[in-house]
Amino acid sequence: MGKLKTSFSKNLKQFVMLIALVVIIVFFQLLTRGTLLKPMNVFNLINQNAYVVVLAAGMLVCILTGGNIDLSVGSVVAFVGACAGTFMITWKWDPYLSTLLCLMIGIVIGAWHGFWIAYVRIPAFIVTLSGQLIFRGLTLIVLKGLTLSPFPRAFMNLSTGAIGNFLGFLDPGLGLRNFTSLVIGLVLAAVVIAIQLKKRADRKRKGYSYEGLAATLVRAVVIAAAITYFFWILAHYTGAPVVLITVGIVLMVYSYLTSKTVMGRHLYAVGGNEKAARLSGVKTDKIKFLAYVNMSFLAAVAGLIFSARLQSSSPQAGIGFELDAIGACFIGGASAYGGIGTVGGTLIGALIMGVLNNGMSIMGISIDVQQVVKGLVLLAAVAFDVISKQKISLPFLQRLMSRRR
Amino acid sequence: MAQALLEMRGITKTFPGVKALDNVNLTVEEGEIHAIVGENGAGKSTLMNVLSGVYPYGSYEGEIFFDGQECRFMNIKDSEHLGIVIIHQELALVPYLSIGENMFLGNEQLGFGGINWDLTYQNAEKHMREVGLNESARTLIKDIGVGKQQLVEIAKALAKNVRLLILDEPTSSLNDEDSLNLLNLLKKFREERGITSIMISHKLNEIAYVADKITILRDGSTIETLDNRGEGVSEPRIIRGMVGREMVDRFPARVPDIGEKALEIAHWTVYHPLYTERKVVDDVSISVRRGEVVGIAGLIGAGRTELCQSVFGRVYGTRISGTIKKDGQEIELNSAADAIARGFAYITEDRKGDGLVLTNSISHNITLSRLELVSQRGVIDKDREQQAAEDYREKLSIRTPDVEQFVGNLSGGNQQKVLVGKWMFAQPDIMMLDEPTRGVDVGAKYEIYSIINRLVGEGKAVLMISSELPELLGMCDRIYVMVEGRIVGELPRAEASQEIIMDMIMQASKGAQTTWAS
Repeated sequence: MGKLKTSFSKNLKQFVMLIALVVIIVFFQLLTRGTLLKPMNVFNLINQNAYVVVLAAGMLVCILTGGNIDLSVGSVVAFVGACAGTFMITWKWDPYLSTLLCLMIGIVIGAWHGFWIAYVRIPAFIVTLSGQLIFRGLTLIVLKGLTLSPFPRAFMNLSTGAIGNFLGFLDPGLGLRNFTSLVIGLVLAAVVIAIQLKKRADRKRKGYSYEGLAATLVRAVVIAAAITYFFWILAHYTGAPVVLITVGIVLMVYSYLTSKTVMGRHLYAVGGNEKAARLSGVKTDKIKFLAYVNMSFLAAVAGLIFSARLQSSSPQAGIGFELDAIGACFIGGASAYGGIGTVGGTLIGALIMGVLNNGMSIMGISIDVQQVVKGLVLLAAVAFDVISKQKISLPFLQRLMSRRR
Repeated sequence: MAQALLEMRGITKTFPGVKALDNVNLTVEEGEIHAIVGENGAGKSTLMNVLSGVYPYGSYEGEIFFDGQECRFMNIKDSEHLGIVIIHQELALVPYLSIGENMFLGNEQLGFGGINWDLTYQNAEKHMREVGLNESARTLIKDIGVGKQQLVEIAKALAKNVRLLILDEPTSSLNDEDSLNLLNLLKKFREERGITSIMISHKLNEIAYVADKITILRDGSTIETLDNRGEGVSEPRIIRGMVGREMVDRFPARVPDIGEKALEIAHWTVYHPLYTERKVVDDVSISVRRGEVVGIAGLIGAGRTELCQSVFGRVYGTRISGTIKKDGQEIELNSAADAIARGFAYITEDRKGDGLVLTNSISHNITLSRLELVSQRGVIDKDREQQAAEDYREKLSIRTPDVEQFVGNLSGGNQQKVLVGKWMFAQPDIMMLDEPTRGVDVGAKYEIYSIINRLVGEGKAVLMISSELPELLGMCDRIYVMVEGRIVGELPRAEASQEIIMDMIMQASKGAQTTWAS
């Protein structure tokens, strides 16, 4: 019982956010008269938000180390995009080699930031603000203020378009445009059910407390149904977007890293109490350094995804991306002081932002109003978190009450 | 007979699980200097916080009368309004503001349309002259020494028309000359202006020099008030009042089984990390054997924590010199990770500040310092981790529904057990325990003592810092006495007593200043 309570209160915020996401989806589905979940729109929604999810995963790692944010990611996205354009379009280099080079450039940029933050101990805010200016400037220099296009086909195929309908011949006549997409969905759903059942069986075998079979099955089936439905929708259009593979890999790698590895545990410890972590033998400087290397690496990934989607390298690319990523983390339950936050929560946060953007755009709400709404949602999400933790003990209220006695 | 300026009657203050003050009575007469003495944790600071309104009316029981009027302070402003000013041990000055700005912080001298700086600095300098400060009021606080900063605090109190000045350990960070200067100033205020003072101090020679009356607190109760005028009170008499408590079975019994030397530290000298000229640990040589509990006695600030932290992978201090031998082998420890790998553990005194990650679960905290014991190639085996955590939860009887609880939700005693469990999990040979029972109730203390006994029974060497002398006397086989960074004595269990240790501390901290005890 106590166990259930703990895991419930620990996941309360995430649970509430998941419900909020569902409510927002239903809300816009109704307001847009069903346009939101039309196959083509879902396809676009994924492509529009892929880069935010990738950036948010990296941002979460930085935030975990102590509420440090990285303000440079938008500029790094643009700079990597500019490099990609120069390599492939201007110099006609091989797309695969160029992609690899761009990722390495991301790592070098991250090492530059990480060095100043972790070893010289300059606040992350300042180092990355400087990075924002430096790499925006370098982007303009590299591109000479011009936009480069178009990218070669091979590069675009890495992250745009849909996964081909190579299993189409198996279609028993459902009338789907991309039957393969449905197969992918069914396979993933089966994997989810299998994992849930295996987890339960493991706990049972090892003698830990475990939940009833019904509860496990219900949860597994609900998740599996959601996944299947999602791919079913996509199957009605061109199919599952290719970029979903990249995003899926990033999400899996980072949720594994943060929850299962020594490195991940050290991240949480550094953010939760840096002094205690150091006294426990954690190399706190190294952890911070790696967090920023990782951030810029993912910014490079996002830069490549974004350039491919735009089909060009633009000097204006990526402006404000850092704010989307930071917003996604905080909406998803990360603590501004570090040490708290999950990849799953961050994904939910990113989706909430994405659906809000997309839904309001379909409704024809102007950009300025959209910004106001997004700002209020961010504030509301964090305020909910802070107030629920304090059990509403605002100091001035307390003083009022003690005076009355 | 002067009239009573302050009367505190039947003050009782409880913190969750601890009774910090128990029916304390204090009477201070107009125009006297009243000293309050007692061991660490006797309740001196708590009492002063009640008096100054840091703990508001209603959060304690009892009555406070000032000038014959009953007072119900809700905050510090209320008490300052009546002229009660407290100067804390940690000075509350802003380093990058000027003396004048600091003196009128929160009490700004307003003129037409803002702060009147001419008036501010003029008033500041007037009060500064009264305490013998000849600096310009525009000098920044960071540019004057600690002694002068202390005087600024007093000048600040004068600017508030102080009637009762409370000083908490005013001389703890001052050198002899500055200390004497300060005490003489208090005497001067008493004679010339009739300012009443309450002074909390550990330095008995200073108290004998300056105080009219001495009130002794012990375990949250007033023991007695002694009159220091005329004959004067002898230091042994004060010490007896401070420590004279009974000890019946507060410590679990242990038959010592002492083996080879496990740890030898020789000529260990450490300088302060910021004030690199200040020696914090001065040529210390100590040793601990297997199966032995060795204590370090001393006052707060004697350098005991700094000694342990500098040994533990040079986590504290700069310009560290000296040698560490473990089992006769000289070793170098350059980081906490090094120290842990070599079988050292350091259990910090500040479990919330630098011991535990409060936002992580019990199991995550227990395994943090040696995650490699429950992981393979960098991947944590959660089952093994859970097993280990359950194991320590049972061994140390940590009271919690399960090991997935956040440590922040546990009581102080249980947090301390998690901290001990964390370092037991690291499987050290040498454990350095820094105030292992601070803020822990009596029952949990006994359990922690039992754990310590079990550890040395397994052949580990334990070095223990404690500010509670009875605890050292009850637990240790040998006790070192540390004063101002130096080891001034070493006592086997049989020869040690509270009076002897206190006397050693007092003699050593007196040093050159013996001459001015009038």
